Amino acid sequence: MQLGFLVDLHLCMGCKGCEIACKVENEVPLSTWRLRVKYVDVGAFPETKRTFTPLRCNHCENAPCERICPVSALHYIDNGIVNIDSERCIGCAGCVMACPYGAIYIDPETQTADKCTYCAHRVASSMMPACVVACPVEANIFGDLEDPTSNISMYIQDHRDVQVRKPEKGTNPHHFYVGASQVNLNPLASERVEGFSLFNKITHLPLGGHHE
Amino acid sequence: MIHESIAATQAVVTLDVPLPDIFWGWFVTMNMWAKSIGTGLVFMLFLLMKKNPDEMKGLRTPTLIVSFVMMNVFLLFTLADLHQPFRMWHIFFYPHWTSAITVGAWMATVFVGLESLMIVVMLRKDKCLLTKNPTGFFDKLLFWVTLLAIPVTLYTAGIMAEATARELWQMSTESVQMILAATLSGSAAMILLGGSKLSDKTKQFFGAILGLSALMAFIIYMSEYIFGGMKSEEVIAILSNIKGDGEYATMFWVGQWVAYILPMLLIALARVSKSSNLLNLASILAIVGLWVVKHVWLVIPQLLSLS
Repeated sequence: MQLGFLVDLHLCMGCKGCEIACKVENEVPLSTWRLRVKYVDVGAFPETKRTFTPLRCNHCENAPCERICPVSALHYIDNGIVNIDSERCIGCAGCVMACPYGAIYIDPETQTADKCTYCAHRVASSMMPACVVACPVEANIFGDLEDPTSNISMYIQDHRDVQVRKPEKGTNPHHFYVGASQVNLNPLASERVEGFSLFNKITHLPLGGHHE
Repeated sequence: MIHESIAATQAVVTLDVPLPDIFWGWFVTMNMWAKSIGTGLVFMLFLLMKKNPDEMKGLRTPTLIVSFVMMNVFLLFTLADLHQPFRMWHIFFYPHWTSAITVGAWMATVFVGLESLMIVVMLRKDKCLLTKNPTGFFDKLLFWVTLLAIPVTLYTAGIMAEATARELWQMSTESVQMILAATLSGSAAMILLGGSKLSDKTKQFFGAILGLSALMAFIIYMSEYIFGGMKSEEVIAILSNIKGDGEYATMFWVGQWVAYILPMLLIALARVSKSSNLLNLASILAIVGLWVVKHVWLVIPQLLSLS
């Protein structure tokens, strides 16, 4: 079994339900996110369009975070999920530096690395990840990539515009997008101006201590 | 190039989380800088042994002690940079051998252990139980320690290469830069440490190593600066931080001048005028400038938005 994720961006409406469900399910601390929905506006008024892109760990088959972790805190489990053992993590931030998707953060409470685990604890109990359950339009499709009859496999078969983020990195992500453009998947395809967060004017998040 | 498409799409991020700030900051710079001096001094001591063993008298123990201190500075900052420093022992009990961090930690530990042994043998010359010929033992062990110093110097390049998100760092160039940083700072430290114990000829020899290391490192940095952007779009974005009015442009050029350009000029002048003072000044500048150069190269890839 190799679990994978697919987001149909034609369906996503940017409600952030998945983001909140993830926060609640995994008790993700303030100022950190395992899953987030990025908004990018395209075009000039009045011809404008807003795009929504949920971003989470890609659970790569060739995961740079797993490779660089000095203590195997990041490790594969049999179903293909890249899991993390926070008790073992030494907080070297090697994984943060290695992940090409910026999907790993240092938990400010435990001072260890953390990220999306596809809700491995829920999957172990035969439940869907919290974000899948929360999505009101079923834009999140989760399942076994090795089973050709699974929802995700059939979705990939039926759609021609299935993409992954940064394929040139050779990480072989187990996270796919349908209906994505460069604007959705490539951070260099959009401007990130001061004050892009609606809630405040914070552009960079101070990590505290000596890491300035 | 996708960045140029922004003019057409007018794409702008309107809602996202703040970006994480610098993760590997000046603690990691200290780590690389101190390790360069620590291993570089071992290289130079070995060269001195091969070139002119007579001048090693009185330099064996002090050189190794300075190297040992710098290696401990390196280890201290490595430890202090961890968010969970008290779990450092996990590296030894749960090692993951695909990680350059693990391999490096083990090698550096063995390296410092061997250095300690050599220092103890030399300090307890008269009461040494291990050998009757401490100097001979030291010189034999120096060969193996020098061999080990090569991977100890290089493994940080391996970590940078494994940090695949940071497109700027490539194993081939970073490994050469690590060795050059060691020969640059090692020769500079040796010139300062040698003082009157080294002949003018030997000092000029170390000066030549310093000057050539500076020249080669400078060429590589300039190659990256001019041609790096041809590798990928990420590198263009990263290098924009040291070009034009980029946030680190001034610091980058201060580093290049202080670490490489000025020492090269001073070394050339010192060879003409046979001045030890100019050599000493070049050495100090190279050691100080190396910290600045390393810091800029460490930080700029971390300014890139990855998502």
